[in-house]
Amino acid sequence: MRVKYFAWVRERVGKSEETVEPPSSVRTVEDLIGWLAGRGEGYAYAFETPRVIRAAIDHAHVKPEATISGAREIAFFPPMTGG
Amino acid sequence: MTAPLTIRIQEADFDIAHEIALLSKGRTDIGAVVSFSGICRGREGGDDIAALTLEHYPGMAEAEIRRRAEEAMARWPLQGLTIIHRFGRIEPGQNIVLVVTASTHRQAAFEAAEFLMDYLKTSAPFWKREESAKGTAWVEARAHDDAAAARWTKS
Repeated sequence: MRVKYFAWVRERVGKSEETVEPPSSVRTVEDLIGWLAGRGEGYAYAFETPRVIRAAIDHAHVKPEATISGAREIAFFPPMTGG
Repeated sequence: MTAPLTIRIQEADFDIAHEIALLSKGRTDIGAVVSFSGICRGREGGDDIAALTLEHYPGMAEAEIRRRAEEAMARWPLQGLTIIHRFGRIEPGQNIVLVVTASTHRQAAFEAAEFLMDYLKTSAPFWKREESAKGTAWVEARAHDDAAAARWTKS
């Protein structure tokens, strides 16, 4: 699946997108955050406070407990500050 | 007839009077047009701001705004709706966002515009980075914006 990062999550991870293949034990958005956080220093920094991270699956907001099964694109970003 | 809905995510500036005219031109069924424009401030928390840079999530920004626009159109009797949100570098005094609502009477137009702005602040995937003499920093989300959006879900 494709993973995208925005704003300071993108800066901390050090890239705007990548393709990842998490193990089958990674079932939810929350699981994926935990798995990504273990991929390196930048990831650990980006995901150090999981409760502030917002997520979207295929362009729609989702909660941490949402399943990632069938997702084509998952995005992680800080709380939004548009408008 | 379905009310015309225009959503644009763009780097270029927009002309508020032109957008209002496009929505109401040649119509005699519209009795109220409300427009809200968000403008880049030159000072924030005592610091001079050189510019804001808005990052967005292409594809999702349009999709999320469309979902909220359709919700507004289902909730209020709107006869037209235009939403424009800019991205990129925006200097003090320049436009950031525009919401124009048209209806037969003012109440629907006012309420729908306020509803849409509350959700644009908290659920449209845009992030502001502020440039000042101190350097650049991501703008933090404000709790009162979440509270403003939450009041629309109360019955």
